[in-house]
Amino acid sequence: MIKTGTRFQSQVCDTQVIVIKTADSLNDLRAGGVPMVPIGEDTAPDATLDPNFADGNVMGKRYVDETGAEVLVTRAGTGRLSVGDTALSLKEAKPLPASD
Amino acid sequence: MSISLLLEMALSSNPGRTAVVDGALRLTREELSMLVDGGAGVIASSGAEYVAYVGTGGINLPLLIFSCARAGAAFAPLNYRLSRDGLCQLIDRLPRLLVVVDSEYRDLLAGGRKRVMTTAEFIDAAGAAQPVSEFPDPDAVAVVLFTSGTTSRPKAVELTHNNLTSYVTGTVDFDSAQATDAALICVPPYHIAGVGAAVSNLYAGRTMVYQNRFDAQEWVRLVNRERVTTATVVPTMLDRIVATLESEPVELPTLRNLAYGGSKVALPLVRRALDLLPGVGFVNAYGLTETSSTIAVLTPDDHRSAHGAVDPAVAKRLGSVGRPVPGVEVQIRAADGSVLGPSETGELFVRGEQVSGCYAETGSVLDADGWFPTRDIATFDEEGYLFITGRADDTIIRGGENIAPAELEDVLIEHPHVREVAVVGVEDREWGQIIVAVVVPARGATPDPDQLREHVRRSLRGSRTPDRVVFRDQLPSSATGKVLRRDIVESLRPARSIHEAAANIQSTHRSDHDQNRHPISKPGV
Repeated sequence: MIKTGTRFQSQVCDTQVIVIKTADSLNDLRAGGVPMVPIGEDTAPDATLDPNFADGNVMGKRYVDETGAEVLVTRAGTGRLSVGDTALSLKEAKPLPASD
Repeated sequence: MSISLLLEMALSSNPGRTAVVDGALRLTREELSMLVDGGAGVIASSGAEYVAYVGTGGINLPLLIFSCARAGAAFAPLNYRLSRDGLCQLIDRLPRLLVVVDSEYRDLLAGGRKRVMTTAEFIDAAGAAQPVSEFPDPDAVAVVLFTSGTTSRPKAVELTHNNLTSYVTGTVDFDSAQATDAALICVPPYHIAGVGAAVSNLYAGRTMVYQNRFDAQEWVRLVNRERVTTATVVPTMLDRIVATLESEPVELPTLRNLAYGGSKVALPLVRRALDLLPGVGFVNAYGLTETSSTIAVLTPDDHRSAHGAVDPAVAKRLGSVGRPVPGVEVQIRAADGSVLGPSETGELFVRGEQVSGCYAETGSVLDADGWFPTRDIATFDEEGYLFITGRADDTIIRGGENIAPAELEDVLIEHPHVREVAVVGVEDREWGQIIVAVVVPARGATPDPDQLREHVRRSLRGSRTPDRVVFRDQLPSSATGKVLRRDIVESLRPARSIHEAAANIQSTHRSDHDQNRHPISKPGV
């Protein structure tokens, strides 16, 4: 299973994420319809953004799937995050008042 | 996740935003990040595993926290109010150490064997150094904080990158602040609140405005000059701010949120503050060093609804520390370890990614399921609001009955003649311990001990009435307002002169110093 704290980058857009909670599903984590790769690894030069997965993601937001996986967007991009063909959903958090 | 990534995210989303204001100095996120890269270069080339900081904070705090992170070193801010001996004892526990010190405290460290740089020298060197930007192991120690040591030798709490980033990303929405939001930071740099403020405000997108030496009048001026929207204070500071505003009323039109925490707050003070600042949202933040800052918050809405409530259960919540933050689980356990339900009182246990519970030299105190014993006595109500009634170590046992000092203190502080109060147990041949209320009278008042005892007896059982009431001009307290109960108990011991007591304290410290110490070793290095 992928280690919590692993950072991934998209092969087809600027997106970068970090794994907050891991699950087996993340073995097929994608951005823009194309598998994400660990930061620092080579990206396929011929990979292209799937137009069905092109509605982007939001900087600093957490995305989750139904199996408990959770990633945090550390750099936003134009590709939608998914596991296989199933889009991840934005985790809504009730805002807390500033306490620091 | 490394805390370096928090700065990287802030930088990539808005590099030109003002990150820090410290007197006349203002740095954008980009300027801060460049200085941090240089600072990491200075630390990396020194070979230090630990960087201690002795000083009043300000810009130096975010600079050193993130420089250490990027260099893969652990950051240990120390209490600059300690004596030379006190500081040396802490410094001796940190191996492979670089000490950065504000020039005014340089003399405290003279003659030591450690490498020392003044803050100005560090910043100059950072400007010229080869930049370094590592991403350390998320499970490596990012920050070491020494507890105040009110009951024993200071413990070195280790907070990992994961602990701190879990706290920040779990409780703060990234860049959610408005472009004009600014946080006023006046809590000490060697306290978890100071560390928490430096990382969470940057992540939230608030400009961090530093006040390095708290002064209530200057605090009020700074709020208006820098258009401050949020601030955090310890109860002692809140008391002074309220007193200042009562004597010289000033509008604080930009201030939306005022958080307080760090030690127990007196309810009459909270009510005065709520009445004085009707437009401000108050936040009670409860947390421990070992939990990477806040684990429960009483929100502004909670404050207002409790303050105006007729229902006693709701009104009572003004004295609650609120409900747990996301990612933190809480349990109240009885002495036999069984888990208790609402309205039952026992020790508070907490669990979550932000909870460290790990000390240098002695290791983790988490149980097999990851629960941390806070040593705080607590209870929660039907709606999950948490009430802290004191430290387990402060419980008074009088004639076999366990008595939480807070129970009496909460009643006594409501008496108009009482300004401050601490209730302690003092050894007694007949009862084991007797209850002594140590009272600082309200200004101009000369309270009658019997009246105060009667005031308590009306609210609580007879066995919870103070056996003695004594008066003091002030209570000994730490910088964050924690009452030093051990000092009070020491001062109340019968048949002992002050000289004897002082001699005893000195000899305790000496034997402490002579103990064989194992230097801290970093896990995984």
